[in-house]
Amino acid sequence: MVTVFIPAQLKELTGGITSVEVEASNIRQVVERLEQLFPGIQQRLCDGDDLRSGLQVSIDSVMTSRGLIAKVQPGNEIHFVPAFGGG
Amino acid sequence: MIKNNGNGEYRVLGTRPVRHDGADKVTGKAVYTADVQLPGMLRGFILRSPIAHGLIKSIDTSAAKATPGVHAVITSADMPDVGDKIADLGEGAVNLKYLSGNVLAQDKVLYKGHAVAAVAAVDIHVAEEAANKIIVEYEELPSVTWVLDAMQDDAPLLHDDLHTDSMGAKSENPSNICTHMHFEKGNIEDGFAQCDVVVEREFKTASVHQGYIEPHASVGDWNEDGRLRIWTATQGSFSARQQTAEILQIPIGDVVVTPCEIGGGFGGKIAVYLEPLVGMLSKVSGRPVKISMTRADVFEATGPTPGSYMKVKIGATNDGKLIAGEAWLAYDAGGYPGGMIGPGCMCVFSCYDIEHAVVDGYDVCLNKPNTQAYRAPGATQVAFATEQLVDEIAKQIGMCPLEIRQLNAAKEGTVRVDGPKYPPVGLVECLEALEESDHWKSSLDGPLRGRGIAAGFWFGCGLKSCATVTVNHDGTVNLLEGSTDIGGSRTSLAMQLAEVLGITSDDVNPMVGDTDSVGYTDVTGGSRVTFATGLAAYTAGRDLQTQMISRAAEEVWDCSPDEVTLENDGSFTHNGESKTFKELASQLFKHGEPLVARAAVSPENPTNGFGVHVADVEVDPETGKVTVLRYTTIQDAGKAVHPSYVEGQLQGGTVQGIGWALNEEYFYHDNDTVANASFLDYRMPTMLDLPMIDTIIVEAANPDHPYGVRGVGETPIVPPPAALANAIYNATGTRMEQLPMSPPVLWKQLQSESAEA
Repeated sequence: MVTVFIPAQLKELTGGITSVEVEASNIRQVVERLEQLFPGIQQRLCDGDDLRSGLQVSIDSVMTSRGLIAKVQPGNEIHFVPAFGGG
Repeated sequence: MIKNNGNGEYRVLGTRPVRHDGADKVTGKAVYTADVQLPGMLRGFILRSPIAHGLIKSIDTSAAKATPGVHAVITSADMPDVGDKIADLGEGAVNLKYLSGNVLAQDKVLYKGHAVAAVAAVDIHVAEEAANKIIVEYEELPSVTWVLDAMQDDAPLLHDDLHTDSMGAKSENPSNICTHMHFEKGNIEDGFAQCDVVVEREFKTASVHQGYIEPHASVGDWNEDGRLRIWTATQGSFSARQQTAEILQIPIGDVVVTPCEIGGGFGGKIAVYLEPLVGMLSKVSGRPVKISMTRADVFEATGPTPGSYMKVKIGATNDGKLIAGEAWLAYDAGGYPGGMIGPGCMCVFSCYDIEHAVVDGYDVCLNKPNTQAYRAPGATQVAFATEQLVDEIAKQIGMCPLEIRQLNAAKEGTVRVDGPKYPPVGLVECLEALEESDHWKSSLDGPLRGRGIAAGFWFGCGLKSCATVTVNHDGTVNLLEGSTDIGGSRTSLAMQLAEVLGITSDDVNPMVGDTDSVGYTDVTGGSRVTFATGLAAYTAGRDLQTQMISRAAEEVWDCSPDEVTLENDGSFTHNGESKTFKELASQLFKHGEPLVARAAVSPENPTNGFGVHVADVEVDPETGKVTVLRYTTIQDAGKAVHPSYVEGQLQGGTVQGIGWALNEEYFYHDNDTVANASFLDYRMPTMLDLPMIDTIIVEAANPDHPYGVRGVGETPIVPPPAALANAIYNATGTRMEQLPMSPPVLWKQLQSESAEA
């Protein structure tokens, strides 16, 4: 199981739940499990077959560049956070 | 077998060799884009909008085209229709309609200086004369340049098809608010209920420009075979290639970008402005075309960093523990969506371990040039707010401002408001260095003098980098990499390769390749190059050593590779016989294939750069002028590869922050056109305005780099406005809530508070 932290702006879809544990081996499956639990959340996180532009995924505080194909392992903590670059 | 030499004792790292590009720079031989000359090259001129907001009713280019010496005139009608499509540009996605529209206005102009048409002619004077013959009929529209005004329902609407995005949900009505972000941590009501002291203030900051000394310039040559070659001043040749290809709707493989030497960027030379235009002008004219911006063009048409409005509230217990924080932030996006509000939200409380927090952020379109990154984009504004409130809490509870920061400093395991936890970071070490510094221990005497401190943070990102290493007959090596060199990175990368191989920095010839010559490399930005491209150089060095072990076993020592040992000094040994890298490389070259190594990396962890600044000031109550008496910048570099460059980054960022704090701002006429588009009127600090910026480099190793390197380029700009505001408060008792804290602003506030008293 991985722990997924629900972005505050999507709590309206989860009835206020802030985190859930799901069975998944990659981020795509994480999103699919979330969609099963909270219908409508997938289209808030994804655009077509990719993460929504401007979003990135943090797995145990590592910002993965691999988007939906990023692997996850039991015990991982998943956050969806704004992408950042710099100057 | 490879022994890990990451023991902290280095031969090359930490030394100060002469930079590889030094001779060319000081003798004037370095080739900047404006120096590029091609046979038959034309010069381009851009006609720009004289108004801040308006519909383009018609454009008549006939007179311009008829001007002798003119070879091409283009408007948006000549550009491909890119559609309403999102393109992934590597470091982020962008709507091509907006990207293209910013390069050449389509149906509307959204700020004064917005490009409307471009001309290529035999020389710049003919091009300018012809451009001035272009007749543009505008329907002028009301404009808006203050972010809170632009958020109102009745504000002039820049894009009637823009709806506010709240993490994938769109507002029903069109709005200038492009994006709303919201973050929560803990329970904010419970948090504030636990506080003994709560402080809250509103702040605003002006638009400021990166102020790089080299104006934007590009040369384009659309060849007969359909390939477009670009020479340009860019922070990212691959990003420039992709943006140009997308805007011109040509295959990315048909564009090659050569990054020329660059006179500063600081985030402002990532977006393309000229590259697609020189490309299209070259296509139409059949000749190479060069365009160089004037300084006024740079100020009026290229990205400033966002002006902002911020309302921030922080609560603490009487013993100094920060418990709760709340922030409401509104940042300028400029004419098109895509500002810096995300990192602003993520950085507002990033220096502190605060259990309960709520942050709302809004990215807002208004009639200013499209905002661009500027060194730690979005972080300096919020630090100006947060760091003053932390001082204010300390004052109210009678605690030293250093002590309250030490008590609450972010450290390994601290959870940021956006969720991720920090790995090992160096803020505590920076605060310790401040406490032990001569500056902090010194006394500051005299009336109207004050000392202020502030902390700052920037993520530092990884992204993609490539490097190729080739070995010469004599064992010297060539390092080909793709990071455009703004701050001396060729040498910092060469030093990391030299450290691996056991050779000197001078034994490495580093070169920044064009997009046909080197593997994909993301922009020089995000404080990433010495870290990420350095990792690529390191990894390529390891690849080379692995090849050499195998070859030495087979061709030199007739043994198994396991029987060859790579020593910490980079030499290779077998049965008591030792060969240096150069000796072995020369031997292998003589009798076998050339040695070539390469690396492609994409490190994913931010490098998390923290810094702490201390400033002493004296305030002249007659004029409001602030004199910076002494300034010390302390920062965790992880490992300072070339300490002089790290010191230079710390000093340069600090000086830019001081300018932002005390003088720099865009002034606007009543019609929302820029009033100070020159360095005479846009007041950047010079050496006459500043003391020596002392630096203290802290080295708390980054666990995600073999040498512990962290990015250092951006963090130094974050604390200065807050440190100076705290110093001004301690000098005068006046709390500053707006940037810049320029003489007229400070003088008026001193007068106002004096009258009230």
